[in-house]
Amino acid sequence: MLKTRVMPTMLYKGFGLVKGKAFDSWRRTGGVMQTVKVYDMRGVDELVLLDIAATEEGREPDFALVDEVADECFMPLTVGGGIKTIEHVRGLLKVGADKVAINTAAVENPSLVTETSRKFGAQCVVASIDFKGSEVFTHSGKKATGLDVVAHAKECERLGAGEILLTSAERDGCMTGYDLDVTRRVAEAVRIPVIASGGAGNYEDMAKAVLEAKASAVAAAAIFHFTEATPARPRSTCARAGCRSASNWYNVHSLNTGTYED
Amino acid sequence: MKTVAIVDYGMCNLDSVARAVQECGGDPRVTADPKTIASADSVILPGVGAFGAGMAHLRERGLEAPLREAALERKVPFLGICLGMQLLSTRGEESGDTKGLGWIDAETVLIKPAAGERLPHIGWNEVRPSQESPLFKAIAPGTDYYFVHSYAVRPNDASLTLATAPFGGGVCAAVKKGNIYGVQFHPEKSQKAGFALLRNFLSL
Repeated sequence: MLKTRVMPTMLYKGFGLVKGKAFDSWRRTGGVMQTVKVYDMRGVDELVLLDIAATEEGREPDFALVDEVADECFMPLTVGGGIKTIEHVRGLLKVGADKVAINTAAVENPSLVTETSRKFGAQCVVASIDFKGSEVFTHSGKKATGLDVVAHAKECERLGAGEILLTSAERDGCMTGYDLDVTRRVAEAVRIPVIASGGAGNYEDMAKAVLEAKASAVAAAAIFHFTEATPARPRSTCARAGCRSASNWYNVHSLNTGTYED
Repeated sequence: MKTVAIVDYGMCNLDSVARAVQECGGDPRVTADPKTIASADSVILPGVGAFGAGMAHLRERGLEAPLREAALERKVPFLGICLGMQLLSTRGEESGDTKGLGWIDAETVLIKPAAGERLPHIGWNEVRPSQESPLFKAIAPGTDYYFVHSYAVRPNDASLTLATAPFGGGVCAAVKKGNIYGVQFHPEKSQKAGFALLRNFLSL
């Protein structure tokens, strides 16, 4: 069966990777390339790289950085931050991104979601939605939109998004668990996969997001940066809780790698 | 070292395929040049996006004839990945009805998700071989590969199906006809399991 994906999120801010709390109080967590190599070695299911300063600073996506990351990354890569035009999308896909995450532009210029979906397929369009309470925020959580999170998610699906990355801005970095209520309401309202994000504090939180809130995948960052947790371990916890996770890299006979790093 | 023509027809994601081929000991040539295709030891047709756009791009670039020559006359090992596999079929229903390359007697249709499943089919899923083949040599049945698609190839002849994955009542994950192979999943994004498959392809 289809496995529950565990996706580490890397937040890029000008000089390197950061992680904060509730979209604030950023701490440096290391270099991009070093982190990508570790995640690649550990065989994570999928990676998310978000440039959280691009939109605010009015910058374009950093194509050179994504090019470098993609060369070290033999797993699916979703890239977001600062995507405003179809040329940005084309440029990112060309240097090796598999999907683009569109957040602010999905509110300010919804036709970009549709155009991307038509040109490159729904499977490469991730509608990235940040919310507080049940209101959608753009510009890395700084700008209130007045939009209801469930209604906006449905709108993104209608526009042609293939997935929703749903992030609780309030729980981000707090490691107190995902917002199961909002996640469930969104997952029940749309038919495309929903990735729960913001608040994972332990592996059980991830299993809950899938089993209770109907998320198809879970994204997390702080838990991997600041605790001993690894992206491989949730697999066994999720499996015990009843949702299957990927095991792609230990049953290839010819490799005979011996032990499964867990 | 085997040269592998990776066909550039404007459907992106070529870097990842080239890097993976390199990692597996092949000599990747990302190309839209018929001469490079004509001299390559094997050919990979990658692709992400819609069926109609994919066929239109192949034709605009005059690539249909050189690909046909390599696959059907020279009979070099040929691998279609994702959209590249779908284009091997006779027709695709995505974005209207479009004629495909027609090398595999199959149609590309929208997946009907079962209860509790969501489209697109995104993520790691088990690939279960339906028959023995050098492409899956030494790869355990049920090994996970990365999928991301909403449409799937439906062969008209069951013997063309090389492997399936448990989604939408059983989705066709790989096809084979002689020297022509197609995989719906992305070996270039499937880490070690993907490398194992690409190495098998390079030793065909």
